[in-house]
Amino acid sequence: MSHSESNIAIKVKNLVKRYNHILAVNDISFEVEEGTIFGFLGPNGAGKTTTISILCTLLSATSGNAYIAGYDCTKYPSEVRKSIGIVFQDSTLDKDLTAYENLVFHAYLYNVPKSEIKNRVESVLHFVNLYERKDELVKKYSGGMKRKLEVARGLIHKPQVLFLDEPTLGLDPQSRANLWDFITKLPKEHNVTIFMTTHYMDEAEVCDKIAIIDNGKIIASGSPEELKKIVGGDVVSITTKDNLYARKHIENLLKLEVLEKNNELYMTCNQGETCIPDLIRSLGDKVLSVKIQRPTLNDVFLKLTGKTIREDYAPESNSTKESIRAYRRKH
Amino acid sequence: MELNAVYVIVAREFKKFVREKSRLFSALARPLLWLFIVGAGISRLVPVESGVPYTQFIFPGILGMTILFSSIFSSISIIWDKEFGFMKEILVAPVSRFSIVVGKALSGTIVSTIQAVIILALFPFLGLKLNVIQISEAIIICIALSFCISALGIVIATFYESYESFSVIMNFIIMPMFFLSGAMYPVRMLPPVLQFVSKLNPLTYGIDAIKHVILPSIGGRMSYDFSFHTSLIVIITTSVIFVFFGAKAFERKD
Ligand SMILES: Nc1ncnc2c1ncn2[C@@H]1O[C@H](COP(=O)(O)OP(=O)(O)OP(=O)(O)O)[C@@H](O)[C@H]1O
Ligand SMILES: [Mg+2]
Repeated sequence: MSHSESNIAIKVKNLVKRYNHILAVNDISFEVEEGTIFGFLGPNGAGKTTTISILCTLLSATSGNAYIAGYDCTKYPSEVRKSIGIVFQDSTLDKDLTAYENLVFHAYLYNVPKSEIKNRVESVLHFVNLYERKDELVKKYSGGMKRKLEVARGLIHKPQVLFLDEPTLGLDPQSRANLWDFITKLPKEHNVTIFMTTHYMDEAEVCDKIAIIDNGKIIASGSPEELKKIVGGDVVSITTKDNLYARKHIENLLKLEVLEKNNELYMTCNQGETCIPDLIRSLGDKVLSVKIQRPTLNDVFLKLTGKTIREDYAPESNSTKESIRAYRRKH
Repeated sequence: MELNAVYVIVAREFKKFVREKSRLFSALARPLLWLFIVGAGISRLVPVESGVPYTQFIFPGILGMTILFSSIFSSISIIWDKEFGFMKEILVAPVSRFSIVVGKALSGTIVSTIQAVIILALFPFLGLKLNVIQISEAIIICIALSFCISALGIVIATFYESYESFSVIMNFIIMPMFFLSGAMYPVRMLPPVLQFVSKLNPLTYGIDAIKHVILPSIGGRMSYDFSFHTSLIVIITTSVIFVFFGAKAFERKD
């Protein structure tokens, strides 16, 4: 697919940000198409927030260029500010005001026509299901409600680009799911391009395109599917009545490398679905069980950097851990 | 300048001010203590000068004190906003830094002027007789002085990132500004170094201007330090300078 410049919502070229001797952003370039969800993935300190701060004109770059909706972030900050909405990593609500007052404040700041303020504020409140509680002080809100209110606020002035810096940080799994539910609706319903950061790999699955950043450098980018191909296929694990026989058979006939662990045989196949019938055909009734594991974005990160994205972040299940170990041994 | 933004910044401050009534009462306690306790005590030592007792002499100074504290407190809420993140919501909006500073300065002006007017209303208890013109003029000077000190507060706030610096600001800026403002004693009576410092303090001129308006008969040792016009010009020019520097400081990015 080829796209003309006018379809590019965000463009970053050779961006560098240096804090004294720390290179927070080290020569990154990328483009984000209009109406898509772009994910910026990376571990703590990778440079995600720094990049967002430059894009939203709060920080100046050491070198390089950034454009939002065609406007240079350094030369036309006020045009850029008009085009963007942002949910910062740390809350920026006024907790001593009510939700409604926070939203009205925002509408005035962005010069929303007076006749439209009430409508827009109420409609975003309905959108995040906070209308019933609009007159409560924000300090009485739960973490999830605050997060949703911030997303709602970011939409009031109808931005072309919405930045979400770790939108689900500190939320429980259910609130996270809820929030993603409506974030994924945004591009269609509000005609907005989304730039989000996260270090929850599973959340990045909703993105159309992802860039993985580590130590200030983009180390890979593409759609989630493209990125997972880096891992080299699906992990298939089987248990059999006779592992020695099965192993020899698989290696000779299917030309797959096999690893054995805890009486299970692991192999990486390009296409798990077509691999399984082959396996069963060649091994007959010796097969006791078959498991197929799709590579996760975590596996991608592991493959690229040799570490999980959050060393302290436990993978969802043991089987994922197993597959990670399997990859590690294999590559 | 974006008038909507200025309006809403002021409206936010005003809403909070109205909501926290206890803040108003504790803010008024300070000038009342100084006026009726410290002032009453010292007046026993100081003879009446050209018909003006000491409690009347310090009245303009107490008005200045009311404005000083409430304006600076209002403006350094910016530090609070920085610490709790709300400042980013304002900074990322398509609003000029000049508008933000004017909005903040006007917020302080309104809150301060309300408090100053409440204190001013106590004049009959001090045996003062003021006519409507004097009262109106005094209020206008209070507005100008509140704006000036609020703008100064904004400049101060841009130097600090965390509210822990509050006691530093209190002890090294607010208190010296009060004691070197001609509030409790005429600037002329101070040693030369302190006189010099007092003359750099915009509050000094504000208080002197109020003295001109509400104590027209004052003379002798308690007399004015500057002419009325000098005081007004200083207040207005320093206001402009502070707003300018405040806006510059806000534009600064890392
Ligand atoms: N104001 C600053 N002064 C000095 N160094 C900074 C500053 N802000 C960020 N850094 C450094 O820049 C690097 C990138 O930080 P950044 O906040 O962009 O990371 P991040 O990817 O957002 O991480 P996280 O997932 O923890 O939010 C870090 O090494 C950080 O210490
Ligand atoms: Mg961050």
